[in-house]
Amino acid sequence: MTRAAAAILCKDLRIELRTRESVPAMALFALTVYILLHFGLDRDTLDGDLASGVLWVTLLLATVLAVNRLFANEREDGALDGLLLAPVDRTAVYLAKAAALFLYLVLLELVAVPAFALLLLAPGLGGALPELLAVLLVADLGLAAIGALVAALAAETRVRELVVPLFLLPLLVPVIIAGASATEPLLAAPQEADGLGGWLAFLALYDTVFVLVSLAVFDFLLDD
Amino acid sequence: MSDGAGATRAAPAEAPPERGEAAARRGEPMVVLERLERRYGERPALQGVSVRLEAGATLGVFGPNGAGKTTLLRVLAGLLRPHGGRARVAGASLPEEAWKLRGRVGYLGHEALLYRELTGRENLRFHARLHGVAAERVDALLAAVGMESRGDDPVRELSRGMVQRVAAARAVLHDPPLLLLDEPRAGLDIAAAALLEPLVGRSSGRTRVLVTHDVEGGLAECDAVLGLRVGDQALSAPAAAVAPARLRELYA
Repeated sequence: MTRAAAAILCKDLRIELRTRESVPAMALFALTVYILLHFGLDRDTLDGDLASGVLWVTLLLATVLAVNRLFANEREDGALDGLLLAPVDRTAVYLAKAAALFLYLVLLELVAVPAFALLLLAPGLGGALPELLAVLLVADLGLAAIGALVAALAAETRVRELVVPLFLLPLLVPVIIAGASATEPLLAAPQEADGLGGWLAFLALYDTVFVLVSLAVFDFLLDD
Repeated sequence: MSDGAGATRAAPAEAPPERGEAAARRGEPMVVLERLERRYGERPALQGVSVRLEAGATLGVFGPNGAGKTTLLRVLAGLLRPHGGRARVAGASLPEEAWKLRGRVGYLGHEALLYRELTGRENLRFHARLHGVAAERVDALLAAVGMESRGDDPVRELSRGMVQRVAAARAVLHDPPLLLLDEPRAGLDIAAAALLEPLVGRSSGRTRVLVTHDVEGGLAECDAVLGLRVGDQALSAPAAAVAPARLRELYA
């Protein structure tokens, strides 16, 4: 299963490198939002809960873009049938898609977080960077786990552009609550790390639950 | 089961699942359908289809557009669940054992099942990894379908016929015991069709289910004939007992 998942992941990354359809779109979207907020808000900088909310809502909406595209190359020319006909556990498909989405999110954040700090953040990232990275990575696991599941659910529907946000956003509400709550003191002045451990534990638990649920139901999603 | 490209499967890490050849050795037909049914919503796409296909034989499926031919192939591939009747393919009962069919069916349909942004070689290598097939077979198959020189071009830059050739190589990459072919020569010129003959034609020696609108040509390479008309089985007979005129009536 690991070998098949690695093969599917490599294929997806190769296609993304050639088409540059997902990561650049996500990054451009996030940058655009931050620039709009930079000029649109009646204040020069943000901190605390507002900064945290802006950061997470933008990342969440950028995730929707990637989830919409996650099975795009499988839909063209019936390529998904090729996967389904191969002696490959459906779980490998899920793991590969989730891993691809996780990598896309990490790449997005490499661009979006510095841009956010530069354009909007009053206290700067400063010494809170390691804690912020930890929150982002654990939250990314949840976004990827849930995103891959919803992408598969929407893959064979004609209204996938509607299905993805309608299913994805409600499922991600706990992630954004935990992520924003964990990040808020890190983006405040002065920076603190109050309750960080608890929120990280909550995120890890939510990630685990969704990975297990996804592994249990993914076979049925790709079935006729 | 020779295809002229020197099949060399990589040694599997675990005991391989029972393949269609095992069913054939036991004397079990490769395909047995009894009153098969399949619906799309309330609309029946297949009903009352009964077929028995021995290993190594070819079943020709004829019928007008919308008769259910592609649906039948997708049911046989395990991609669609039958909604009624009995279906046993390559020793696997459908839909319960559809997982057993994975890797044992070669499917060549209207869609190429290829990734447009990858080259033909990359597509075949990807499928070779999924099927546990040695990479050398990819090069041999590209040569066999006459795509050696264009094998490193993205599929989106290839002509329809070239895509079909790569798709045929993909369909037989894992040396499947059962081939499901939906107008396999569509878009091919005479030379390309001749190139594919050892892979997917009668001389491949594989068990085949062949959907075609070429009445004379199809009859000539079939052992049995199934005629469909809007999902219903209109005809099921040995090919030798069917006149071309009888098949043309299906399209009237």
